[in-house]
Amino acid sequence: MLNYLWGAMIFIGILVAAFTGNMAEVTNGAIDAAKEAVTVCITMVGVMSMWTGVMKIGEEAGVIRSMSRGLRPILKRLFPDVPENHRAMDHIAANVIANFLGLGWAATPAGLMAMEELQSLNRQKDRASKAMCMFMIFNMSSLQLVSINIIAYRTQYGSANPSEIIGPGIITTLASTAAAVIFAKAAEAVT
Amino acid sequence: MRVISAISDLILPIVIVYILSCGYNKKINVYEVFIEGAKEGFKIVAEILPTLIGLMLAVGILRSGGTLELISKAAAPLVRRIGFPPEAVPISLMRLVSSSASTGILLDIFKKYGPDSFIGRFVSVMMSCTETVFYTMSVYFMSVKITKTRYTLAGALVANVAGIVASLTLCRCLWG
Repeated sequence: MLNYLWGAMIFIGILVAAFTGNMAEVTNGAIDAAKEAVTVCITMVGVMSMWTGVMKIGEEAGVIRSMSRGLRPILKRLFPDVPENHRAMDHIAANVIANFLGLGWAATPAGLMAMEELQSLNRQKDRASKAMCMFMIFNMSSLQLVSINIIAYRTQYGSANPSEIIGPGIITTLASTAAAVIFAKAAEAVT
Repeated sequence: MRVISAISDLILPIVIVYILSCGYNKKINVYEVFIEGAKEGFKIVAEILPTLIGLMLAVGILRSGGTLELISKAAAPLVRRIGFPPEAVPISLMRLVSSSASTGILLDIFKKYGPDSFIGRFVSVMMSCTETVFYTMSVYFMSVKITKTRYTLAGALVANVAGIVASLTLCRCLWG
């Protein structure tokens, strides 16, 4: 998808610039933006490495595993069609926890394995099961404790208090996930 | 309101102290494990950098050429009526499509208005409670060859809109 989106953004951007007479700004804007991506990443290396370092300790100490176990009772209610000890549950739990802790790179592999296991339980192979719909909607509703990269970006651009968005972020992420679960449960009941 | 800012201040220290004590409890060499994990942070950022250059380039062209402003202005009469900041229209739309492209716009907003402006705070909160929809859906469903996705898209959009509305309401209360 990015293949077309990226090109479209550039073509449209240049086309609009040509019509509005902003061509000189575009040249400088493009070069500035590319340069800035690097400065942003330098700040990000620091903040991100701090987080992955701490999370590695959490992984080795079994914190992540015990969190997934704690999630079981909730998952049982969200996915009543999935047998309790099915492997799908392990992968779903791993995906949710990884997203929750901001470990996006660990979340995707677990999520894809969860889909595979859910597909093995699915009777109609080209049509999403209720459990799949719930999993996807839940996943896309975003449930995360700390968006560490947003904090890194805020630091880079000189925020006086980069972490002030953590509290509001937690409240709103709960709101979006609550909306997701209510919608998915309602849709399950109707269809 | 004070509770919310207390949460912001306390979450990171609490997470760090909790995880460290779990590590000591399990008799892990926490310092070495931390260093090992920190190396992974380098790899992750190194992987993000090329996409960020690509997308910031595209966003840079859209911004400096006036396209982003054009979209905001075109949407302004419509979104103002519901109290939505027009400057946040491009990022809210892009958020659904691509995570890195919306990050590009986020950084652009930080640069132009500052991260501590109302719009800067609003998009920070909004980005932390929403998720890319179209990309995620296509990757996950394509991996298991599902073509009939039923109410998934509707649900994801409902969650996104709920997140945006919640962010706007909360930011108004906190920093109005």
